[in-house]
Amino acid sequence: MQTAYKSHTKTLFFCCEILFAILSISYFKHNTFLYMSTVSTETSKLLRAHKKQNIYLDHAATTPMNPAVKTAMDPYFCEKFGNPSAFYEVGLQAQDALEESRGDVAKILDCNPREIIFCGSGTESDNLAVLGVARAYGKGHIITSAIEHHAVLDPVLELENEGFEVTVLPVNKDGLVEAQVLKKAIRKDTILVSIMYSNNEIGTVQPIADLSKVCRDKGVLFHTDACQAGCYLDLNVKNLGVDLMTLNGSKIYGPKGVGCLYIRSGVKIKPITWGGGQERGLRSGTHNVPGIVGFAKALTLAQKNREKESKRLEKLRDKLIHGLENGIPKCFLNGDAQNRLPNNVNMTVLDIEGEAVILFLNELGVYASTGSACTSASLDPSHVITALGLPYEAAHGSIRFTLGHSTTSEDIDFVLKIMPKITEILRRISPLNLEAKKIQQGQCKLHV
Amino acid sequence: MTIKVVKTDGDVEGRNSQSWAYSQQVKKHFFHPENLVEDAALFDESKYNGASVVGSPACGDMMKMWIKVENDRIVDCKWQTFGCASAIASTSMLSVMATENGGMKVEGALALKPQDILDRLGGLPPRKVHCSVLGDKALRKALNEYFRRSEQYDRIVVSGSIMIDPHTRITDSDIEAAVLEGADTFDKLQKKLKVGIGNKEAAAKAEALMKKYIEKYYD
Repeated sequence: MQTAYKSHTKTLFFCCEILFAILSISYFKHNTFLYMSTVSTETSKLLRAHKKQNIYLDHAATTPMNPAVKTAMDPYFCEKFGNPSAFYEVGLQAQDALEESRGDVAKILDCNPREIIFCGSGTESDNLAVLGVARAYGKGHIITSAIEHHAVLDPVLELENEGFEVTVLPVNKDGLVEAQVLKKAIRKDTILVSIMYSNNEIGTVQPIADLSKVCRDKGVLFHTDACQAGCYLDLNVKNLGVDLMTLNGSKIYGPKGVGCLYIRSGVKIKPITWGGGQERGLRSGTHNVPGIVGFAKALTLAQKNREKESKRLEKLRDKLIHGLENGIPKCFLNGDAQNRLPNNVNMTVLDIEGEAVILFLNELGVYASTGSACTSASLDPSHVITALGLPYEAAHGSIRFTLGHSTTSEDIDFVLKIMPKITEILRRISPLNLEAKKIQQGQCKLHV
Repeated sequence: MTIKVVKTDGDVEGRNSQSWAYSQQVKKHFFHPENLVEDAALFDESKYNGASVVGSPACGDMMKMWIKVENDRIVDCKWQTFGCASAIASTSMLSVMATENGGMKVEGALALKPQDILDRLGGLPPRKVHCSVLGDKALRKALNEYFRRSEQYDRIVVSGSIMIDPHTRITDSDIEAAVLEGADTFDKLQKKLKVGIGNKEAAAKAEALMKKYIEKYYD
């Protein structure tokens, strides 16, 4: 009875398949019946086989806000709305909240609350660190790395236009800055080194304590952009040995539009904006009190769950990496596998272009990103992928999945189920057949 | 070459959760490409009398095209494209335009502009317009190849006299036109023409030429 039922379903399924194939072929006006499996029919099959999901895997771009953070922020919009610089009750309420938040952040960073400057974003914090220190010195030599976020790279290059000397350190093929390389680059007139804690694209975690020690020994200030590290790494500035450190709200389940800069007491720095003199004169502008309260709350929660969440995500990350490597030919990981954020997966899939993959994933309800030129405003492919010594071709085919609170093992299973099929479809459209070995060795020879 | 940008209902960055970054026509041709070489192993190139390759993998866009010309009409056009959704959709749309209604006349095909493809696609977000400029180049190059094979050398069209970037077939006159249309930095030139992306030598040549034309026309 059961067998009969099974074979009946099988026949029915088979009939549907044929009917569907005929319908789609005639609908899309294919000239011949020879092509039973066209890209068009394969795509329809894939898209119809799966219900649209809601799997957000772009936590390095931004995180959803934790509802507890929203609750903490709520009173500071309409009730305790005062300006913390004012001396009356609503102002003082806001000031209390501001200073409490500063205290919470200082506790996590293991520093004095006076060493915390709140500002408008991670980008603003990076700009303040780089431009502020440089302008306090007036001249000199600045070192940064080739894989920095543009929030550091661009102000450094701007300083070069203004007459400062700049060295952009290379990274090794795993995406790491080597302490020896940094040591050699430091000169007598070096005033600042800025190297990010963990990279937003490939998730590599730099040996910050080693790098900062090199700087301290030579009397050079060290800044790190820790925006991607907030949920997963130790933020103790004494352990890290940094003089300046950037954090922001939008990557740690906090609000957007708020950041902070740790500035060790005694560091020479000038403001980059002028006005009401808030934040020790270093960041004028009425305080974003709800944002700051939310940021402090988010950072506290993120650091509280840090170890547990890191362990959970590491497992899912490795499952995704190995699943993609094994399930898709000519697919490889970008960046070091060990010294890596627990939530970052960045793979290059050769012969296809990242944006096309992103749109397929989007249609199935999976949200990820790419280092392809086609999604950047500049037409340039990711400077991070090319800094690894990989050719442009590898950057165009890079896909980044960044996991987070909501990510489950089932989500990873779903991605692993659809990615090989998406790759297969797009490779049928593509005329390329690049050699993975040559690409990984940095040779970009054209094979068509 | 002036490209009028058709506004679409949402830009890549500005879309809401329900929207798609491109027009419905782009979506249709991306997910259901027409005239594609479905199986490269079974594909018989000898049936076609014109072919071309434009772009390069380093640029992020590359296209192969085969055409069959009969009685001065394009009766068949097959292609493969490496690139983003708009590049794939533009090639598909171009192949439809070239072959519909009994096939486009060769003269008409030579006059085809990126704007014509954009119009039929219902527009592209402004910064994706460059993805559509390879298709008409591929078609013109394939037609030139057809002219060569059929020994109609007088019909071969090369605009300009010095080839600056063999991948994108950009010549000196393309650069001159771009400068006249307002490209005053190399970034702008590259955005307009896709010249020299991933090809430092071509980029240097293009930049030098751009400066020469800026000097000629503006200084």
